[in-house]
Amino acid sequence: MRNQLVKSAAIVAGALLLAACGTNKTETEGGGGGAAACDTSKGTLVVGVVAPLSGALSALGLGIENSASLAVDQANEACKVKGYKLALQAEDDQANPQVGAQAATKLSSDANVVGVIGTLNSSVAQNVQPVLADKDIVQISPANTNPTLTKGEKFLDAPERQFDTYFRVCATDDVQGPFAAKYLVEKAGKKKVAIITDGKTYGDGLAAEFKKQLETLGGTVVAQEKVGEKDTDFSGVIAKVTPSAPEVVYYGGEYPAAGPLSKQMKDAGLNIPVFGGDGIFDAKFIELGGKEGDLATSVGAPTETLDSAKAFIDAYAKKGYSEEYSAYGAFSYDATNALIGALATTLGDSGTWGEDQRMKLLENVGKYSAAGATGDVAFDEYGDSTNKLLTVYQVTGGKWDPAETGTFEK
Amino acid sequence: MTTLFQQIANGIVLGAVIGLIALGYTMVYGIIQLINFAHGEVFMVGAYGGLATYTYILPEQFRDDWQIALPAVLVGGIVISVITAVIMERFAYRPLRGGPRLAPLITALGVSVALQEAVRLFYPGATATLAFPPLFVDGDLRIPVPGGGGDVVITWIKLLLVIVAVLLAVGLQMYVSRSRMGRAMRATAQDADTAKLMGVNPDRVIVLTFILGAALAGVGGVMYGAYQNTINIDMGFQNGIFAFTAAVLGGIGSLRGAVIGAFCIGLIKTLGGQYLPGGNQYDYVWIFVVLILVLVFRPEGLFGEPEKVRA
Repeated sequence: MRNQLVKSAAIVAGALLLAACGTNKTETEGGGGGAAACDTSKGTLVVGVVAPLSGALSALGLGIENSASLAVDQANEACKVKGYKLALQAEDDQANPQVGAQAATKLSSDANVVGVIGTLNSSVAQNVQPVLADKDIVQISPANTNPTLTKGEKFLDAPERQFDTYFRVCATDDVQGPFAAKYLVEKAGKKKVAIITDGKTYGDGLAAEFKKQLETLGGTVVAQEKVGEKDTDFSGVIAKVTPSAPEVVYYGGEYPAAGPLSKQMKDAGLNIPVFGGDGIFDAKFIELGGKEGDLATSVGAPTETLDSAKAFIDAYAKKGYSEEYSAYGAFSYDATNALIGALATTLGDSGTWGEDQRMKLLENVGKYSAAGATGDVAFDEYGDSTNKLLTVYQVTGGKWDPAETGTFEK
Repeated sequence: MTTLFQQIANGIVLGAVIGLIALGYTMVYGIIQLINFAHGEVFMVGAYGGLATYTYILPEQFRDDWQIALPAVLVGGIVISVITAVIMERFAYRPLRGGPRLAPLITALGVSVALQEAVRLFYPGATATLAFPPLFVDGDLRIPVPGGGGDVVITWIKLLLVIVAVLLAVGLQMYVSRSRMGRAMRATAQDADTAKLMGVNPDRVIVLTFILGAALAGVGGVMYGAYQNTINIDMGFQNGIFAFTAAVLGGIGSLRGAVIGAFCIGLIKTLGGQYLPGGNQYDYVWIFVVLILVLVFRPEGLFGEPEKVRA
């Protein structure tokens, strides 16, 4: 009874805390430079951006905005879309699903908005998707990793495309497990793994995919355990897996449990790495007990390490933006270029933009294929990126260091 | 064999933490027949008090010196726990004394929620799990298991926790059975009205009971944080439920029962997680199965006396 009471009271208090609203709007005029040389007689078309431009995640959001703006400027200079000038309109979603939906509504009411780049958060995307889909407006996300956004709740067994208007250029959570298994067996040479999960959808899904791939590659799961989602004392589960002598513990879950688990493993004399997904890829993991040598996969790559991103990095530096391009800048740049490229194909040399062009644009985005900053940019039948770029990070010297970047092909 | 011994060691460590909280439950119940559900939060508040002492008061040069840091943080934790408990008694429970027994029980639930939310709102960063300093010498004791198969590993901080918990429990038992105030406590528990006629001030006895229980919980909170290296606002609720179960199992009102009950709970949790179906995800189930069996077959608990409670 008490449990119920405490839970419901906590929920009410939490809901009150979340009550926050307000919108910020930032508009950035694209164009400039060589735009004068192009024919822009037919007017201006708008590329929308929905990202967190304020708040804790604004560093990532502003990187997305600036990179999209860079792509728009370059397109204007190169006269990519014949007869039109492109402009960027960025809306702040404050990393809040409700605010995101408002921003999307605002953009979707403008007939000149050809498509939207965003969002950063999967949770915001969930609210933005239906708004844009309603008006057949293309959305390309540089950063959403939740597989359900494209393939629905049953993304593992019965994937089903959710919105024809939604695309993304980054890899998804469901390829992280297999990628981790591949790294472990082929690069780290470790084959005996103990799997511990927290029993939640994310952790169990991650671990299941990891296990499948590990066994295909000749590795063995020597122990498999579940812990309670709110457990903090892992001595029991550690003592249980120790006799099976694993070389690594794969943890399906998030950093609040994974950090202490790593520390307690070391305390209990089981000094082997913890390996997890992007749920543990956070500085907090190390603060809470993550130790040297622990591993994590995350989608994307540190942009500096990519050969294909050199031109993007140089161009970004030349523009002199006051913020870094951050983790998703290169993805945002690619997403914007995909949108512009598809738009140019749709309109051709003499086409005129109108609401009736939206379906054709959708089709062309689906067919888009070109080399981008993050590698090849193209979409599969669900709207997911065909480029499954992932990175394995390792705790070195008290921080996450990229150990290996690569793509995973099923 | 190593695994069995390791799980027994783990169970004893968990039992020591639970025991420190259970003593507070059982003492308060013995004196005023109140199940103080907010007592788990006193344990949680103690851990945050200790962390605050370490972060904001302890000068940086002493942080790595456990001989200074550990006592300082313990004192900080105890002070915050005791202040919380005294305020709680004065303003939440005392006005309701003499009222229906359900009223203070419901109030205890309210106090519990209020304390959790207060920490969540006002302690910087408490919305997420926070890191806690180790506070004690790093390293561990390794006991070789005869017949080979590895060592039983127990970190020094866990060993210290078990020793401190046992010493405090023995000390409390002696205080209650030998000292003047202890006699007053026992007298109040047996018959509050008669004790009052004999010159015992019940308010003082009750406050003292809360203070003793809170001090033990404060020690428990700090040591728990130190060996886990993390604390969060749920820790009081979770361990409080275990401690409540331990107190009932041992016979609520009995000090000895609470400690033995706590070690039983610790062992049931770790051994149940190891050997019973369902594994660690279901280890709570076995704790409550045992509780139900005890309540059905021996409602007064292992060491309790039917219808007669004592501190």
